[in-house]
Amino acid sequence: MSSIDAHLPVLQVVVPLLVAPLVTILRPSGLAWAATTATSFMALMIAVGLTAGALEGDIQRYEVGAWAAPYGIELAVDSFGALLLLILTGASTFALLAGKASLDQQIESGRQPLFFSAWLLVLAGLAGILVSADAFNIFVFMEISSLASYVLIAGGPDRRALPAVFKYLMMGTIGATFYLIGIGLIYMMTGTLNLADIQVRLVDVAGLRPVVVAIGFITVGLGLKAAVFPLHVWLPNAYNFAPHAATVLLAACAAKVSLYVLLTFDFVVLQPVLPEHDPHFGAFLMPLAVLGILAASAVALFEPNLKRLLAFSSVAQIGYILLGASMVSLPGVTASLMHMFNHALAKGALFLAVMCLATRLPSLELDDLAGAAKRMPWTMAAFVVGGLSLIGIPGTAGFTSKWYLISASLEVGGAGGWLLIGVIVTGSLMAVVYIWRVVEAAWFRVPLAEPTEVREAPALMLSVTWLAAAANVYFGLSPWLQTTLASNGARMLLGEAP
Amino acid sequence: MTTLFGVFLLTLLVITALAVVRARHLVVAVMLLGIFSLLLAVNFVLLDAADVALTEAAVGAGISTVLFLGALALMSEREHYGSSRPWLSLVVVVSAVLVVVYATFDQPRLGDPEAPVLNHVGPWYLEKTPEYVDIPNVVTAVLGSYRGYDTLGEVFVVFTAGIGVLFLLSAGPGAQNNGRRRAVAEKKIGLRDERLLHVIGQLVIPFVLLFGLYVQFHGEYGPGGGFQAGALIAAGFILYALIEGEQRALEALPQGGLNFLMVGGALLYGVVGLAGILLGSNFLAYSVLAQDPVFGQKLGIILIEAGVGMTVCGVLLRIFHAFACRERIR
Repeated sequence: MSSIDAHLPVLQVVVPLLVAPLVTILRPSGLAWAATTATSFMALMIAVGLTAGALEGDIQRYEVGAWAAPYGIELAVDSFGALLLLILTGASTFALLAGKASLDQQIESGRQPLFFSAWLLVLAGLAGILVSADAFNIFVFMEISSLASYVLIAGGPDRRALPAVFKYLMMGTIGATFYLIGIGLIYMMTGTLNLADIQVRLVDVAGLRPVVVAIGFITVGLGLKAAVFPLHVWLPNAYNFAPHAATVLLAACAAKVSLYVLLTFDFVVLQPVLPEHDPHFGAFLMPLAVLGILAASAVALFEPNLKRLLAFSSVAQIGYILLGASMVSLPGVTASLMHMFNHALAKGALFLAVMCLATRLPSLELDDLAGAAKRMPWTMAAFVVGGLSLIGIPGTAGFTSKWYLISASLEVGGAGGWLLIGVIVTGSLMAVVYIWRVVEAAWFRVPLAEPTEVREAPALMLSVTWLAAAANVYFGLSPWLQTTLASNGARMLLGEAP
Repeated sequence: MTTLFGVFLLTLLVITALAVVRARHLVVAVMLLGIFSLLLAVNFVLLDAADVALTEAAVGAGISTVLFLGALALMSEREHYGSSRPWLSLVVVVSAVLVVVYATFDQPRLGDPEAPVLNHVGPWYLEKTPEYVDIPNVVTAVLGSYRGYDTLGEVFVVFTAGIGVLFLLSAGPGAQNNGRRRAVAEKKIGLRDERLLHVIGQLVIPFVLLFGLYVQFHGEYGPGGGFQAGALIAAGFILYALIEGEQRALEALPQGGLNFLMVGGALLYGVVGLAGILLGSNFLAYSVLAQDPVFGQKLGIILIEAGVGMTVCGVLLRIFHAFACRERIR
């Protein structure tokens, strides 16, 4: 058994990667779905195994091809990576389990095998980024995951999905190219691609222009892919027009994986090398984080479409994640990592509930939601639980990271700290309002037609949605998992012994 | 002299790029892009990167031009002005260029023996390859073995692109409907009436295929490998489809065969990797594939290069046929 354990980092990527070509030839489409779901579940189990290792505090390293780093490609899974692997594989498995009926509704069965193959490629690509300790290897898997996620979004039944994808493709390609330019410059100055090795060899050349420019390109490029405000313009339509199941997957983890690369690069590679790194990092990203929280939440207040409303809320949540990181303190970074996990739980549950609603409702405009609570009481109840977690009500997962964020802001101290707390509270109050708009429409608005009988979403979909909602409560009441992983991860990022 | 030629080429490159942006007729833009790729390939040769040059020439100038033309056949040939904001793109491009130029001030001089790139992993590859892998082309050893995991990733990038195009083209009006598809295919009899093209094409095709196979299997000794070979072989079949008609090309290498190449190549690569685990070492460790570790490395590289060639060839031809089978929308 222990021999398998040693290979888990690479299997996390290779299992979905190699099943993907096989899925394209599976017929009928139900078989392709089953194979994809089973593979995704296996990936979740591998992620659990890696998390168990990470909880023991080791960094699990792997030399691909048995070539030692920096000559070969090294993989490394630490607590931060394990946290995101859990989110990724969990979201994928939940979305697939729940999404069968919805996908059948939205994608013709003849095209489904290709769609599921792309799904597995997204899974493998994002996992490949998370386990990699090699700057160029990260780029390769970024290409796989980006291309495959364009396919997922283009699978949406609405023709407007295509312009949305095109915009995402353009912005994503610019982001990836910027990252590649940055890596190229760094390679030119250090002669290596292994992240740990780059850090060692950057010391001699840290102040030179190519390195400074490289950092700029890498930050902006990853910011684009992570939808950091104001580079988020591709996100709302991409999330909106994607098939509902794909939205669950992408909303839970796609942007966060780019944030993972950004944080790893900044903290692990650059921070020890550049003396001025911390103030620059904070000064550059904190204003963007604050603006992102306020502006995106404000747009969500007036957004008439449920999916776009939640997508704008995602942009705001990326702001919270960045806010914690930009404090460059242990509590701040811990809060940032925890919020990645908690937001994935909350948004996952919310988008699963949206998928349930979409199977029975004519559209997802808030006006068409009138009376939905009478027809689909269980779905709407799960939505409310997810919403409470998004707002950060005590007893839900969302509360724990908001709490950490506020205590980290207190530690910043002074007027600045109180200002940050003001921003966090304002953002949360805005979340109360936009979630309430949905609740109000579903419960209190009188539908045009008489509400028909109770007609809930399919049982499997509903029960998975409720499982996700229950996870929000469970991890709110006993947040040990995300707290341990996040604080270990934050210590690792800031270079303190765990 | 080389420097002068390099400056000349780079100037031409900029001029061509500007011409691509300025061109309103999309066929002209595609042709200019092909020229752009050829110039770039020559540049790579000047920099002694023969492998990259071969790839750029085969994929950039060859295959992508054909695929662009295939896409253009389905839509209007003229560019429409959309609601895009050209000034914003201009600002982004100009500032990116300025920043990169700024970065070049501190960069090591071209060919500087003190450059970091020439003093870290590079010498190790040159020194150890004869001992561990024992093939003359170190680039192939790096791509196939030391960084074989990246190459596996690149194969899946190609595969993903193939899936994406097939998925998109299988939607909406004009989608794959077998009856109509055959009708479309029969209507297009290719350039059979063009006597000259026909004769020359038939003469050239065997050599293109042979050269493709040579590039595939000679990658260990000289520039080449699966990516270039896959593109070349695909180019041979596309040429056949152009002069003999799409239907004949499909008879020679049917849809099922292409699917087999596409899926089988990617799987072959992956299975070679997994064999490393099963034989007690790590993923993609070829040394354990045979008794003699050096022979194992050679065997592994030949097998994965075959996988690369299969997938690249299969994907490119599948994409080509997907475009060719579709009816023009406008």
